[in-house]
Amino acid sequence: MRTKKSYFPFGYILPAFLIVFAFRLIPIVLSFIISFFKWTIHGPEKFIGLQNYIKLFQDPGFWQSLINTFYLVVFIVPITLILSLFFANLLNRTKKLSGLFRTTYFIPTVTSLVAISILWKLIFSPHGGLMNHVLGFFSIHGLNWLSEPRGIFTLLFGTIGINIPKAFGGPSLALFAIIIVSIWRSLGYNTIIYLAGLQNIPEVYYEAADIDGASKWKQFFNITVPLISPTTFYVLIMTTIVTFQVFSQVYLMTGPPIGGPLGTTKVIVYYIFEMGFGESQNLSYASAIALVLFFIILGLTMLQKRLEKKVQY
Amino acid sequence: MLKRYFGKCFSYFMLILCGLIMVVPFIWMVSTSLKSQTAINKGSVGFIPIEFVNYYIHDGKKELCEIVTEEEDLSVINIYGNDGKTFKESYVKVPTENITSSKKLKFHLNNYIEAFTKVPFGRYFLNTLFVSLSVLIGVLITSSLAAYAFARMRFKGRDFIFYLFISMMMVPQPIYLIPSYFLLTKLGWINTYQALIIPWIANIFSIFLLRQQFKTIPQDLFDAAVIDGCSQFEILWRIVLPISKPILATTAIFSLIASWNSFMWPLVMTSSDKLRVLQVGLSYFAQEASSSTTLLMSASTFSIAPLLIIFLFAQKQIISSFISSGLKG
Repeated sequence: MRTKKSYFPFGYILPAFLIVFAFRLIPIVLSFIISFFKWTIHGPEKFIGLQNYIKLFQDPGFWQSLINTFYLVVFIVPITLILSLFFANLLNRTKKLSGLFRTTYFIPTVTSLVAISILWKLIFSPHGGLMNHVLGFFSIHGLNWLSEPRGIFTLLFGTIGINIPKAFGGPSLALFAIIIVSIWRSLGYNTIIYLAGLQNIPEVYYEAADIDGASKWKQFFNITVPLISPTTFYVLIMTTIVTFQVFSQVYLMTGPPIGGPLGTTKVIVYYIFEMGFGESQNLSYASAIALVLFFIILGLTMLQKRLEKKVQY
Repeated sequence: MLKRYFGKCFSYFMLILCGLIMVVPFIWMVSTSLKSQTAINKGSVGFIPIEFVNYYIHDGKKELCEIVTEEEDLSVINIYGNDGKTFKESYVKVPTENITSSKKLKFHLNNYIEAFTKVPFGRYFLNTLFVSLSVLIGVLITSSLAAYAFARMRFKGRDFIFYLFISMMMVPQPIYLIPSYFLLTKLGWINTYQALIIPWIANIFSIFLLRQQFKTIPQDLFDAAVIDGCSQFEILWRIVLPISKPILATTAIFSLIASWNSFMWPLVMTSSDKLRVLQVGLSYFAQEASSSTTLLMSASTFSIAPLLIIFLFAQKQIISSFISSGLKG
């Protein structure tokens, strides 16, 4: 019956195909081409080969933005994984109020990053901000959050009188504030994803372990962690991809100038934005950076996929 | 038994703490939006918009006043007139014991009005609504058509096109932002509604979700429909779409949330005030009026309210949508 050619399948695909072709495929291909040319808003001027990529490797601004972005990933991804699995576990064990908890945890996920960033900028403000007010109860005073360029490890060890080299100072307190906001925003979503994963683990495994006399901790590490690993990889990959793209928080919470203090919050996507749409309007250099970002994300995703195959149960 | 009880207490304690951390910033946002800027500048951090109101008591009358300087015996005050805004008498020296102050709960709702008069948020709101709804309609049409073809039709290159789509879904927006800007400039679309709508009316993720759903529909249903003389389009319109309502709702929710909150794209593609969407307008307002905390918070509250209300009403559906899409994708 289905072999009867009474219809034209491509007509069904055409609308979506045209849009995807024009506004995804062409731009993606174009970004490769642009990065090899001197390219202005009017079009190509001349072929410059790999010049942009050579410039990139000598550009301290690029390296700084890359390091700042790696700080975000290194802090946000593991903390998000641990916290969301922890809260999902608690939620999975409670019956009462669990719907209410789920709803409240989820609110930041459906809220715009613009509003969230503006709100948290005020929360971190040293003048009448909520954060320092709350920390005051724990005798922590006078943190300059978003205008503090010193690294968190420098600050932490500084309180007990130890000076550590600048290279090991860690992300600036300002960048750490962005880390906090990013974790806060995605925690609820990842908790709910983990909760769904936990509910898919058959109860019989735990019952069997109970009979064998395994402790709750043993059950968690020997049953839950292995069986939840597909969810863990999903959360891992998604959080990594999203973290590499952090933009709004930096754009709205830091500065002036944006990316401050001392460029310690300038992340790679903001650097692309600044190069492409800032004063220099250097579209081709911005494209080159964007492509490097693309291959970093692609490489990490493939690495994680490979790891996933290795530890599959 | 005792251990178990403590475990339960600990669970609830942590869950409630986490819930507070999630919600308290929003409560603080609303409460800040209801305070007066003077109270904020004087260092009001708390959650309840309480103000100190001073009264000057004399001859059995109680008059609203403002303290200029306060000494142990004599103070200088300004006495308000009946309207409570302008002064009837300024710099009056009165005995300090005749002044009483009391706490008063006061909601400065006019912060919202002031934010709206300073910046055309109404216009931004309508722009956002128009763009979001146009994108939504576009996405529903293009996705159902394409997903139907991918799921239930056989033709050359089907799988190739599908995997091409999927691979492009993985490419993050910042990657194609620069060339898209160039492309839209060439098309003359910068500062137009097209720039905000057309590139987004096909959503690969929605196609993917719908295709998964359409594939689960039993073949018998299609065979029966074909025997009854239904055309492919009739099958899609009369059979497939009606039984796929939940997944269509999911697609709609994702589309709405994404376009409502989209920021980087409209920031780059539009500069005109007339086309400004809510998120971009809010970001400009944040840069221009960074010292007007209360107005900023009222504008932020206003901008997140629509989605938040939708979320609170349809939270079960929305959360389960996120879960199902998360696990499939």
